[in-house]
Amino acid sequence: MYRIGSGAGFSGDRVDAPQSVVASIAAAGQGGAIIFETLGERTLALGQIARKHHPERGYEPLLEDLLEPILAQCVTHGIVIVGNFGQANPPAAAAVIQTMAARLELGTLRIAVVEGDDLTGRIDLDQTERWDGDGRLPEIEGDVIAVNAYLGAAPIAEAIRAGAQVVVTGRVADPALVLGPLVAHFDWSWDDLDRIAAGTLAGHLLECGSQVSGGFFADPGFKDVPGTADIGFPIAEVEADGSFVITKAEGTGGVVDLRTVKEQLLYEIHDPAAYLTPDVTLDVTGVELAQDGPNRVRVTGARGHAAPPRLKATVSLYGDWLGEAEISYAGPNALARARLAITTINERIRMRQLGVRHRADVIGAVSAFDSDEGDLLVDYEDEAPGDYRVRFAFGGNSQRAVEQAVQEVNALYCCGPAGGGGVRQSVRPRVRTISHMVPRDLVEARYRFAEHHP
Amino acid sequence: MSGHFATTALHRIAHGRSGDKGNRLNVNVIAYEARHWPVLLSEVTVERVAALFAHRGVTQVTRYELPRLGALNFVIEDALEGGVNSSLGLDTHGKCLSYLVLGMEIRVPVEPGEGPRPSPQLQTAP
Repeated sequence: MYRIGSGAGFSGDRVDAPQSVVASIAAAGQGGAIIFETLGERTLALGQIARKHHPERGYEPLLEDLLEPILAQCVTHGIVIVGNFGQANPPAAAAVIQTMAARLELGTLRIAVVEGDDLTGRIDLDQTERWDGDGRLPEIEGDVIAVNAYLGAAPIAEAIRAGAQVVVTGRVADPALVLGPLVAHFDWSWDDLDRIAAGTLAGHLLECGSQVSGGFFADPGFKDVPGTADIGFPIAEVEADGSFVITKAEGTGGVVDLRTVKEQLLYEIHDPAAYLTPDVTLDVTGVELAQDGPNRVRVTGARGHAAPPRLKATVSLYGDWLGEAEISYAGPNALARARLAITTINERIRMRQLGVRHRADVIGAVSAFDSDEGDLLVDYEDEAPGDYRVRFAFGGNSQRAVEQAVQEVNALYCCGPAGGGGVRQSVRPRVRTISHMVPRDLVEARYRFAEHHP
Repeated sequence: MSGHFATTALHRIAHGRSGDKGNRLNVNVIAYEARHWPVLLSEVTVERVAALFAHRGVTQVTRYELPRLGALNFVIEDALEGGVNSSLGLDTHGKCLSYLVLGMEIRVPVEPGEGPRPSPQLQTAP
C-alpha cells in the first residue's frame, strides 16, 4: 500500500495544511508522497509575466511558506514532494528549495525539474485547433504571453525512479502529480489502462486538496462539517491493483464520506465516460464508492481507454483592463436609490462615449446569478428597507477609458442619489487564456536534476 | 394528483457542486437518498436547467446520468459570460451557480405517513 497526500489544491490554499498530512504519512512509517497543485490557467499567465520582469521569479509565491515546515520531515521519512509550484519557472523554484534545504541543514537534495511544457515561440497556433470548451470566446487577438501544454505523468515517474526527493513541474495535468509517484512505486505499465485510470482518478480526487475532505462543502443544517477552521487535507491509500481509500490527515477537522467524494468525483468533469488526460481517457461511470469506516471511502471501478491523440495547451494573452467600483445604499427606499445609481452611471458612460463594456450588480438583491444585462435585477421585486451594495464593473482595452468609468462611480458621492457611501475602486490589467489542442510530436516532456547551487 | 406530491426546493433532496473550464460550466446534482434518484431523473431536466441559465445566453446543455452515484452531471456551454479571465461578473468561475440549480422547485412524491403536517387550528378564546 502506498500513501499519497495533498498539500495544496490551488495557489492561495491554506499554507499550514501540509503539516498534518506529512505527520500522518510519516507516522505510518512507510514513506509515500505529498503533492502540491498550485497552478491554474490564470496563475500560470501571472507567473509568466512575473518571470519576464524578474528572471528569478515566476514560481509559486507561497512556495517557502508551504514547504519550509515540512521539508525536513519529508526527507527523513522518505516522503517524495511533487508540485507544479514551479509554475512558469521550475528551475528557479528548485533553486529556492535547494537553498531552503541548506538552511535547514538537510544537505544537497535530489531535486528534479520537469520541462517541455513551455511551447512559447515554438509553435504556430494557426496550425492548431481551438479547444471546443471555450465556446464563444473571441479569437486570439493581442500579444501572446505564453503557450503551455499539459504534460502527462511519465517524466514525474521517471524522475522518482531515478531517485528524486522533490519533483518540480510547470504545467502538467493535475492528476499526473499523483499518477507519477504511483507508476514509479508500483511499476505499472502505461498500457495497463485500468490502473493508469485508477491512478488518474486518485489524482483527480486529491488535486483540489480539501474539496474531497469537507472543504467547499459545508451547508449548515444540510451538510455539516466539523472543524472548518482546521480541515484535514486528503490522503489516498493506494493498493497495487489501483483500488484506493480516500481518507484525511489525523487529528483534523473536515469529513470524508460518500457525499464529499461524489461531489469531487464529478467536479470539472464533462463526459463522465471520457475525462481526457494526457495519460489516459478516464471513464468513471462504473466507479463504486463504499464507506470504509469513519472518514474513509473506498474507491474502485475506474476504467481506462486510450489517451487522446493531442495535448491541451493553454495560450495566455494580455487581456483587457478591468475596473471595479462599489457604493452602498441602505435604509428606506435603498433599492430604488441603488437602481437610480445604475441608470445614472449607464447614462454617464453613454454621454462621455467611454466605449467600455459595463455591468452593475446589486449585492444583497441580485448579483452572482445575474447576467451582464441585469435581466434578473429587472424582475427583482423590491423589498422593504435593505442594505445594498452596488457593484459596477467596466472592461476595455483602454486603461484610460476604464479609469474614467471608475471615476464616474466615485463622482456619485456628490452627484448621485441620496445617501450613497463607502466607495471602493480598483483598476487592473487582466490576462486572458484560451485553449488549443496540439499534436504530441511537438511536445518533448523530460526531466533533469537541478544543478546544485545552495 | 396534488395529494401524492409535495413541491419543494431541489436543495432539500440533493446536493451539488459547480466548476468551470474555459467558458463551459458543469454542475453536478446528487441525491442524498437513493429513493430520490427517480425524482432527479424526471424533474431536473435539460429543459429546466437551460431555462435557469437562459439569461446568461447558454448555447447548449447536456445531461449525463450516473445511476451508481445517484448523480446527474450537467455541462452548460457559454454560461460564464467569458469565463474567469473575461467576465465582468462577480463570480467569474461560476462557483455559486450550483445553488442556482439547487434552488429549483421540484415535485417530490409524498410517502405514506410522511404527508404534510396538518395546519394548526388558529382561534381566539371566546
